[in-house]
Amino acid sequence: MRIAIIALFWLVMLGLLYHTRKTRNVVFWPLLALACLLFFNLLFTPQFYQLDWWEGHLYGVPIDILNHSSKVAILSLGMTLVIACGGIDLSVGAVMAIAGAMMAMMSKEMGYSPWACIAAALALGIIAGMWNGFLVAIMGIPPMVATLILMVAGRGVAQLITNGQIIIFNDPILTFIGNGFIAIPFPFILMLIMFALTYSFTRGTAVGYMVESVGDNEVAARRAGLNSRLIKYLVYVFAGFCAAVAGLVMTSNIRSADANNIGLNLELDAIMSVVIGGTAMTGGRFYLASSVVGAILIQTLTTTMYAKDVSPVVAPVPKALVILAVCLLQSDRVKRYLASRQEAA
Amino acid sequence: MNRRYMTLLITALVLIALYACGGIYFNNFMRLRVLVNLFGDNAFTGITAVGMTFVIISGGIDLSVASVIAFTTIFIAQNVQNGWHPIPAMLVALVLGALFGAVQGWIISFFQLPPFLVTLAGMFFARGMGFIINDVSIAIKHTFYSETIRNLAIPLQGKVRLPFTATCLIVFVILGTILARYTRFGRYVYAIGSNEASARLMGVPVDRMKVAIYALSGFCAASAGIVVTFYMQSGNSSSFTGLEMDAIAAAVIGGTLLTGGVGGVPGTLMGVLILGLIQTLITFQGSLNNWWAKIFIGALLFLFISVQQILSRRLATRS
Amino acid sequence: MSQEILLTMRGIDKYFPGVKALSNVDFTLRSHQIHALMGENGAGKSTLIKVLTGVYPKDGGTIQMNDKAISPTSPRDAERYHISTVYQEVNLIPHLTVAENICLGREDRSFGLIRWRQVRDRARQALARLDLKIAIDVDKQLSDYSIAIQQMVAIARALDVDAQVLILDEPTSSLDEAEADELFRIMRNLREKGMGIIFVTHFLDQVYRVSDTITVLRNGELVGEFPAAELPRLNLVAKMMGKELDEVKELEKRAVGTTESGRKTVVSARRLGRKGSLNPIDFDMNEGEVLGLAGLLGSGRSETANLLFGVDAADSGTLTVDGQEVRLDSPAKAMRLGFGMLTEDRKYSGIIPNLSIKENIILAMQAKLGPLRKIPPWKANEIADSFIKALNIKTPSRDQLVKNLSGGNQQKVIIARWLAVHPRLLILDEPTRGIDVGARAEIEELIQKLRGEGMAILLISSELDEVVRNSQRIVVLRDREKIGELTGEDVSEQKILRVIAQQSKEGKEQ
Repeated sequence: MRIAIIALFWLVMLGLLYHTRKTRNVVFWPLLALACLLFFNLLFTPQFYQLDWWEGHLYGVPIDILNHSSKVAILSLGMTLVIACGGIDLSVGAVMAIAGAMMAMMSKEMGYSPWACIAAALALGIIAGMWNGFLVAIMGIPPMVATLILMVAGRGVAQLITNGQIIIFNDPILTFIGNGFIAIPFPFILMLIMFALTYSFTRGTAVGYMVESVGDNEVAARRAGLNSRLIKYLVYVFAGFCAAVAGLVMTSNIRSADANNIGLNLELDAIMSVVIGGTAMTGGRFYLASSVVGAILIQTLTTTMYAKDVSPVVAPVPKALVILAVCLLQSDRVKRYLASRQEAA
Repeated sequence: MNRRYMTLLITALVLIALYACGGIYFNNFMRLRVLVNLFGDNAFTGITAVGMTFVIISGGIDLSVASVIAFTTIFIAQNVQNGWHPIPAMLVALVLGALFGAVQGWIISFFQLPPFLVTLAGMFFARGMGFIINDVSIAIKHTFYSETIRNLAIPLQGKVRLPFTATCLIVFVILGTILARYTRFGRYVYAIGSNEASARLMGVPVDRMKVAIYALSGFCAASAGIVVTFYMQSGNSSSFTGLEMDAIAAAVIGGTLLTGGVGGVPGTLMGVLILGLIQTLITFQGSLNNWWAKIFIGALLFLFISVQQILSRRLATRS
Repeated sequence: MSQEILLTMRGIDKYFPGVKALSNVDFTLRSHQIHALMGENGAGKSTLIKVLTGVYPKDGGTIQMNDKAISPTSPRDAERYHISTVYQEVNLIPHLTVAENICLGREDRSFGLIRWRQVRDRARQALARLDLKIAIDVDKQLSDYSIAIQQMVAIARALDVDAQVLILDEPTSSLDEAEADELFRIMRNLREKGMGIIFVTHFLDQVYRVSDTITVLRNGELVGEFPAAELPRLNLVAKMMGKELDEVKELEKRAVGTTESGRKTVVSARRLGRKGSLNPIDFDMNEGEVLGLAGLLGSGRSETANLLFGVDAADSGTLTVDGQEVRLDSPAKAMRLGFGMLTEDRKYSGIIPNLSIKENIILAMQAKLGPLRKIPPWKANEIADSFIKALNIKTPSRDQLVKNLSGGNQQKVIIARWLAVHPRLLILDEPTRGIDVGARAEIEELIQKLRGEGMAILLISSELDEVVRNSQRIVVLRDREKIGELTGEDVSEQKILRVIAQQSKEGKEQ
């Protein structure tokens, strides 16, 4: 049974790899890296592929990976659009903390219904995004500088909301967001829903195409009649919304709002996922699915190292090497070199 | 009034206002000891920020500094524990820091990659290297630390002594100011940040300069790490995450433009002191909470960035 | 004053991938000489300058300075041979002071530390050598000064290295008249002192006011070197445009017929202008008519187009569309009125390089529809395919990235982008620049076809014959001003050349 599942999985994986390679889909590269890691685990980490069905829930290492990578994947959805627009959003980690704080505070201290708590937290995320969008699109401040403000102040705001306490809550609905199972972990399901919505909204309408146009050549896009300011503004709003959702997941997962630590450094993970996914920091074409695979790849890397008893403290080093490798692959100099090699061959 | 000094003036006013506030509300605030501690406690941030200032003026950013500090502290602590004398350990750490920065600078200039990503990788790398040396905090027990460094404190008034860490900060600020104002290196940094293409046409060796600038930042971060060991008497590879943002914030509040070309070390010192004063004020107040510091710093950042934005827009419409 | 040869360039060649930018160009500069280097876009002026100053390595030929062969490897290296350059877009550091800019990289030092007092003195001396009328404070930030002053500072910097050859690349393009006068005075001063000055410009009046000698380039080749006093301006214009005066004959005109009366006026501009870019101008555009804009580079052709399409907002005059006065401050607004514009710089403001042909073609259409009403893929494919066929865009597939196409095909893609929104008024700014002959003919044919369908077209081109062939009416511009309008029989190259070359009314001879 287990072998059958593994075989099926690899069949699908190889099929995907073949298909993406043939269609020259960008997702091929992160997927290939992921496949390599999984193959390594297949050979050397026997317990890795162990899946258990218990009380209607599916457990196992792969499930944990999907579960844990969900929040970064959700962040990376918003981040993908921001980066595609030629920007960057450093504040998403802080916004996660704000949203989590709001949800916990309203539920525990003020006794609002869980739905109201969720709505308020999401609204706060959108407001945070509007602030960033205002600074970047209207005031014309460089994105890295503009979002730095909220990155610094955001945690203060979160602590202000929680009054500096770590607020523990136990509302069943709110704890479900981060811990629930519908056969598989709810955060992953939520991520899939978010992904599906984002994908269908950006690709089903012309929004994604407009974002790409603005990110690739803003002047030309404006001359062709696009409202580039509005588009830039909106992607930051969306990034704020995604950050709020990710904040809810993480806060719910630990059943408490910890304004200091929720989302800490996750903006970097999100940026990394996007870049690994093949969206260039300079803007233009974006690849949502590929960003999600990037997020899963990062988590798999971490989990693999845990599993191999590589001291968790070394974890940052491979992360660094991955970023560097991806950067170098995007560098014009290396691209030219590879192209000339290819021509010579 | 020269526009150049406009933001610096605002910074100075904020600093004085904060200090005056403290003086008015709290009895002991104006005492020398508070001032001395302000310098001593913020020395490592200040030294890091000096290096960061050069990087930012050149139009770049260095996210790796906090990790380099942590690496340096654990490197020294581990080696002292292994029986080295602290001085050679410090020297090696300084060389490593500068070398690490130089490599980042080389990657940035040779491959024309965004500094943000390269130093982000550097940040993880240095952090991991620190962990590989040791992942627990190590106390530094050596007479050099318990006696020599302690004796380097300068008596000022009565029992108040200027700690050696504060002296280090002052030395770095003075050297940094001289480097920025009175050397060709300094002028080149400004030129690159203000207009890289022009600088190239005017004969500035841009690529070599970038290597040197990031090496300087790495060197400052390693120095800050050494100062941390004086201050904490221990090394810890997981400390100071997020310090790079403090350094950046200090530079911005001190009037350094994140888009490059404008700024200065004295301003950065003021920025560091403002950040430190906010902390001190909150400690004195007692009931006021730490988060107000973050919000206040955010507000200050917004203030300075907006002022600079308006100034640079005026500059753009002029030409 | 005795003129000795300072600099000789012989048989200079320069290739770029797929283009021969310079072929066998000779150039000689003497002391006590202001030597104008002239030519239209793509003539090779700036390539020649960049070869001389070591920005580009040369692919053939020799450069001699004071009888010694040199081959500078960088602008800094060229300075060592006493060749200094002041570039058009003033290449100085805006955030540094005047003194710092003049002395950057050459500061007086002792023990490695800069001696600011000496640096300031030296900067003052360098400025004093220019004998300026206005005082420049060397401690002020460069960006506090106007472009004109910045230019003076750049010249002062150039002189600080004992330059014998000074290159001024389009120095007057952003100066007003008084500022240009001051610059010319300085140039003459420097000439008195024995310097050789290379003056790159496209302003005719200015050339005659200061230059002794004129070298004309066209399409990377030398047309000739002429003493300024012996070259009538009509001949100069003809040479720049690649015509021999006696060869200019009536070309067969594609645009048959003149403006018929009673055509519906689409747009009329009255005293339309923008400070610093275009002096107030009047013109009308009619349905089914091509209005040509003729004039040399920098005469205000693109500026006119930009005002008409809302790229820049006009600050004087009125624009009337269908009898209603409109204010255009964004391209989106102009598009709502049914305007379209093919911009001059394809790379900078035309193509979205990393998107496909299809996506580039439907861009304007989608922008008009708004983000939510997406053009369905099948329809986008249909539109793209029909234009690829109609305009004969050479590509293996509609999904090819635009950056991989040749210039001509990129241009067709952008034309398709505008045709897809069925504009009633189309602005074509240099539609055939950098395009091979075949594609050029196709685009001209297309222009006539669209005109026949009743579209109003504004055609801008540096190719005089192209404007003449395709326009019913021509507005002639010079120095950002309308200096004439030609219709009917008057639409001819001869006539345009004469209008451009005629002395400007207030043009002062020295």
